[in-house]
Amino acid sequence: MSAATDKKGATGGGLSGWFRKRFPWDQLMEDHVTGYYAPKNFNWWYVFGSLALLALIIQIVTGIFLTMSYKPSAAEAFGSVEYIMRDVEWGWLIRYMHSTGASMFFVVVYLHMFRALLYGSYQKPRELVWIFGMLIYLVMSAEAFFGYLLPWGQMSYWGAQVIVSLFGAIPVIGEGLVEFIRGDYFISDVTLNRFFALHVIALPIVLLGLVVAHILALHEVGSNNPDGVDIKEKKGPDGRPLDGIPFHPYHTAKDVPAWVVFAMVFAIIVFFAPEMGGYFLEHANFEPANPLKTPEHIAPVWYFTPFYAILRAVPDKLGGVLAMGAAMFMLFLLPWLDRSPVRSIRYKGPLFKLALTLFIISFVMLGWLGLQPATSLYTILARVFAIIYFAFFLLMPFYSKIDKTKTPPPRVTYHG
Amino acid sequence: MARPVRMLVVALLLAAAPGLAVAAGPGFPLEDSGADVGNQPSLQRGAQLFMNYCLGCHSLEYVRYNTLAEGLGLTEAQVAENLQFTGGSLHDTITIAMPERDAAGWFGQAPPDLTLIARSRGEDYIYTFLKSFYVDPGSRLTGVNNKVLPGTSMPHVLWQLQGLQEAVYRQETGPGGERIEVFEGFELAEPGSMTPEEYSQAARDITAFLSWAAEPMQLERQRLGIWVLLFLAVLFVFSYLYYKELWKDVK
Amino acid sequence: MSDGVDLGRRRFLGAATGVTSAIGIGFVAVPFLSSWKPSARAQALGAPVEVDISKLDDGALMRVEWRGKPIWVLKRTPEMIERVEQADPMVRDPMSEEPQQPEYASGRLRSIRPEVLVVIGSCTHLGCSPSPRFDVGAEDLGGADWPGGFFCACHGSKFDLAGRVWRGVPAPLNLVVPPHKYVDDATILVGEDEGVA
Repeated sequence: MSAATDKKGATGGGLSGWFRKRFPWDQLMEDHVTGYYAPKNFNWWYVFGSLALLALIIQIVTGIFLTMSYKPSAAEAFGSVEYIMRDVEWGWLIRYMHSTGASMFFVVVYLHMFRALLYGSYQKPRELVWIFGMLIYLVMSAEAFFGYLLPWGQMSYWGAQVIVSLFGAIPVIGEGLVEFIRGDYFISDVTLNRFFALHVIALPIVLLGLVVAHILALHEVGSNNPDGVDIKEKKGPDGRPLDGIPFHPYHTAKDVPAWVVFAMVFAIIVFFAPEMGGYFLEHANFEPANPLKTPEHIAPVWYFTPFYAILRAVPDKLGGVLAMGAAMFMLFLLPWLDRSPVRSIRYKGPLFKLALTLFIISFVMLGWLGLQPATSLYTILARVFAIIYFAFFLLMPFYSKIDKTKTPPPRVTYHG
Repeated sequence: MARPVRMLVVALLLAAAPGLAVAAGPGFPLEDSGADVGNQPSLQRGAQLFMNYCLGCHSLEYVRYNTLAEGLGLTEAQVAENLQFTGGSLHDTITIAMPERDAAGWFGQAPPDLTLIARSRGEDYIYTFLKSFYVDPGSRLTGVNNKVLPGTSMPHVLWQLQGLQEAVYRQETGPGGERIEVFEGFELAEPGSMTPEEYSQAARDITAFLSWAAEPMQLERQRLGIWVLLFLAVLFVFSYLYYKELWKDVK
Repeated sequence: MSDGVDLGRRRFLGAATGVTSAIGIGFVAVPFLSSWKPSARAQALGAPVEVDISKLDDGALMRVEWRGKPIWVLKRTPEMIERVEQADPMVRDPMSEEPQQPEYASGRLRSIRPEVLVVIGSCTHLGCSPSPRFDVGAEDLGGADWPGGFFCACHGSKFDLAGRVWRGVPAPLNLVVPPHKYVDDATILVGEDEGVA
């Protein structure tokens, strides 16, 4: 085996040799795992990528098992969820893992995105990595939205009602489009049935495809690192980056304890606070959907609330929807808005640091405001933070260019 | 690494601060129920009260009689004898005979199923609700009203236990000189068969029972959670040490 | 490998991590696999069924459903019992030695009381439900040799009035006798016997 150096024409006998000639599994492993050289100076912010993969696996596995007992019909959906919670052996654990997993997936992805903001991982040449990542986030949001209707509780119902109605803001075709999405004159059995199909089949396939694209694009250009220095520029005589180490076993070994910590946080929520104070499982959703009675206070699940707050901040239906869409779209533009000559926050100047801090504060505050009832004070606050949110992006070409940056070192900083 | 962490912590603290200020929402202040799902005698008393007073109108349609045995620390024979009045199998769910349409006709709306009331409204809501019925001649249907759910069409089914209480108001002058009534508290106008303390305990027992019914596996999941965390702690130690060991290669 | 690396320690920690992870994955698999077991609702629906036999005429067959299977209760006349005895040479397992019935329903008649047969009416070949053919000497079932019994139209298996399988037919085993017991003289509980609480 070891003598077979020519990978393409690898000979090797036996079953593995037979297989290898027909499917290049060892080449794939080599390209993406054992021979993928990632910077050695990754800090703990870099575990969220593989954690997102773990979260996705948890959602897929628990989701598959939930579909075995769930009934996607208006008459039976709510009852079938309680059936899973009570009558199916261990069903409660599987369901709590799925509901907790949804929120934890967003926690991990938000932190993963924040990491990209910190270290400029969206900058050239990683624009497509970022775009694929944003598409993942978008599809994930849709996935979460469709999934949220399935328990057929009051929040499921009215959340879907509100979000679907957003499309009604589009001039001319809006109302027809809303009816088309619902397949009925109100959110009904028909809507539930098609949301179920989208949630369990259509979007997961798209999501998996995007994940593959995200990873392929990353492995094509190589991983960024906390110094934002390209490790490919300094290669040793063997052609390997001097500051790179094989992803496996080094980074995988580093990811394992991170997975375990994640699992612990996950377990604390699943076993001791599955409702997470009403943020992961909303109280009103323990009441079956009632098309005739809106709950007193409705708010989307926490991971949508920053955008929901922006929507509410605009005193116009179409304007609100456009603002929300624009808020999402800004993130896509990020690679071309940042004109800074350096990637990492370590070498960026005070202007960028200030802007990023304000942005994070406004994003978190918008998220909080989206959960509150829309009083006049909160609406004003939401407008202020929405303006900061947009300013972060729209002014970036200017402040990132005039900012006083430090010169990054020629090679990554790492103190073993 | 330190700086981004600090930034995130600051951001989160800033986000949390306003939350502390505006915690309590509007509405009638709810009393702490003190219900304890781990207290099986309390659950048993609560179940008994529920079956006698509530089950006439309110079902627990997702709870099976045989799960009562395990959850409440009873034998199946005891459940069949003391808690199941409807006949049928112990595997049956706790349903009611009243057709929904009739109920809607009598009460204006069908009495809701209470399996998940403790999760949708909370324990304190149930407890305070059960203690907040008062005589209100303005209520044509039942003669009583409830401070927690004004205008409720539910009669005070526990009145023989609690007695009847009246709402006491204090007159105050508003900022514009208008007279306003401020609710001060309840006054027992006609005592029931229980003392107020006994009645509070009865309400607490019913609350505990409903909390159990809303999530029968809640104690089990907490017990299991401890073991899961202990296991993960061991795995963390091994995997972290292995990582440290392996990374000695990286210079 | 560089200096200061303790290979023994490294191997131990690697193995400890791997083994513990594997155990963890094993633990995680348990709830997922267990969720395939019959749920509380399935158990409720599969609860024992009471059968009132007080109105069952001699020689008559009644069918009830238990766990999605047809349960036959046949009240045998003395003449039918006699015909079961006569059928001994033609059946494959005359004394019910194969474990197709609870202890208390073994032997030739395969029942608690000689006159009442309780079997699952599901052919042991491929699961079709045979039809009662109590017409002694039916031409299509072997003429004079046919003592009355059950005939499975799917693949031609034959059973006698004790559910014992004929020789030379596709079905390999006697019909299954479900667990059952007498609650009182006129009531059989199918799905539960004395041994089970």
